[in-house]
Amino acid sequence: MLLIPCPWCGERDESEFTCAGEAHIARPLDPDSLTDDEWGDYLFHRTNTKGWHREQWHHTAGCRRFFNVLRNTVTYEIKQVYKIGEFPQGEEQ
Amino acid sequence: MNKYSIFSLARNALSHHENWQKAWRSPEPKKAYDAIIVGGGGHGLATAYYLASEHGMRNIAVLEKGWIGGGNTGRNTTIVRSNYLWDESANLYEKSMKLWEGLSQELNYNVMFSQRGVYNLGHTLQDLRDIQRRVNANRLNGIDGEFVTTEQIAERIPFINTSPDSRYPILGASFQPRGGTARHDAVAWGFARAADSLGVDIIQNCEVIGIRRDGAQVTGVETSRGYIETPKIGVVVAGSTSVIAEMAELRMPIESHPLQAFVSEPIKPILDTVVMSNAVHGYVSQSDKGDLVIGAGIDGYNGYGQRGGFQTIEHTMSAIMELFPVFSRVRMNRQWGGIVDVCPDACPIIGTTPIKGLYFNCGWGTGGFKATPGSGWVFAHTVANDAPHELNAAFSLERFITGALIDEHGAAGVAH
Ligand SMILES: Cc1cc2nc3c(=O)[nH]c(=O)nc-3n(C[C@H](O)[C@H](O)[C@H](O)COP(=O)(O)OP(=O)(O)OC[C@H]3O[C@@H](n4cnc5c(N)ncnc54)[C@H](O)[C@@H]3O)c2cc1C
Ligand SMILES: [Zn+2]
Repeated sequence: MLLIPCPWCGERDESEFTCAGEAHIARPLDPDSLTDDEWGDYLFHRTNTKGWHREQWHHTAGCRRFFNVLRNTVTYEIKQVYKIGEFPQGEEQ
Repeated sequence: MNKYSIFSLARNALSHHENWQKAWRSPEPKKAYDAIIVGGGGHGLATAYYLASEHGMRNIAVLEKGWIGGGNTGRNTTIVRSNYLWDESANLYEKSMKLWEGLSQELNYNVMFSQRGVYNLGHTLQDLRDIQRRVNANRLNGIDGEFVTTEQIAERIPFINTSPDSRYPILGASFQPRGGTARHDAVAWGFARAADSLGVDIIQNCEVIGIRRDGAQVTGVETSRGYIETPKIGVVVAGSTSVIAEMAELRMPIESHPLQAFVSEPIKPILDTVVMSNAVHGYVSQSDKGDLVIGAGIDGYNGYGQRGGFQTIEHTMSAIMELFPVFSRVRMNRQWGGIVDVCPDACPIIGTTPIKGLYFNCGWGTGGFKATPGSGWVFAHTVANDAPHELNAAFSLERFITGALIDEHGAAGVAH
């Protein structure tokens, strides 16, 4: 079981959370100008990184807020937790 | 290859079974092949077998980073059925079912295909409407299926909890009599042995670490055992799909998740069919050894570690207990995880890519074991002809751009 440090509530059991998928996928500002390729990429394609993965979690059974986690998809180690709109330390994008 | 038969069994008994021929060779990789299949799971081995047997391509190799069948093929709960809702998937899985029905004979290898039937339970009125719709769709497609009532279920499956007072009462089910189970390892080994006897090189402990291209055409693969030249690469690596795709700078609509399975201590025969429930989310059958084979849903996060979290174990056990309270005293013997390649519409991707000579067969997620022979059959056609067969044409990578998804998620009650 993962122990996830919610930025608002502190460390809690994984069972209180829902993983909400890859982080930093920005909704296109002008969807009408997108090609089918770009729209398909936005909707469906994922990096599915083997290693350090930036992802969103939701504290479903707690404060009900979303936040970002930098987690290793092989060891499942959590390196950093940071708020929506921010980036992991040392990474601008 | 020596044929397996009652006579070969008797002959080898005389020498205390010490002189059986190896089931397949362990050749050194050649410098070049006409085609290379990456991934020695059931699907990759089946692809190689059909490439050799149906398309005459015998100068080919299967490259496996570990041991054959050590991925999801050897980790799955082996449920086989073909009662999918939409025509595209129904036709594909039914092709596979037909191949299963003759597979042990064709491969001269007992894959222990056991058509003990599969029940998909419904627990709400909407479940029942969906099940009836699916049974009707199946029958229109020539696939066997019937709707069974709670009373019939109680009669046919002793010990299942059909009480109307349970939290999620069983209101009915679909039943596919031709569904069942098969022996996972035997499927990998049977295809490997048959492919090897047609000249296919099966190379284990050989990891693909790069894909070489000349412009938009592949020219070969870098492996942990050196560079191998080839004009055609068929990638069938399940949970590792995105890793290989990245080597060719392709983006995939796939996410890798752990999926767990469990077997109990062996007990006397108690369940002679397969029972699945999407609503309480668990499924169970009993192996010939007597252990209960149990599974449920994926772990919610992306993961490449072949293990799963405790909360999923708890969820699985509570689902099984809801269906079979009598199993509460049975102890679980083993638990493990495989990495499944989950696609947004819960359907596979089998086809060409924008790179010439590069083909992908992936996205089977939690339910590809049942498709092993059919998947190999259509993928072999695709690799040999550089174009999909009509059975897999709809399962293209482009559907995520055109929007022509095949929405089996939910529709077919798509647990395995
Ligand atoms: C717990 C669990 C239960 C399941 N239950 C069912 C079920 O009841 N019914 C059903 O129909 N399906 C089920 N499935 C799904 C099913 O197991 C898979 O869809 C199917 O087995 C996939 O077969 P495959 O040959 O494509 O993949 P795999 O058997 O995973 O084979 C892929 C192979 O590729 C190799 N590989 C990866 N990367 C490389 C590389 N770089 N170079 C060389 N080789 C590489 C791997 O080592 C692996 O052996 C289940 C899966 C799991 C995990
Ligand atoms: Zn919180």
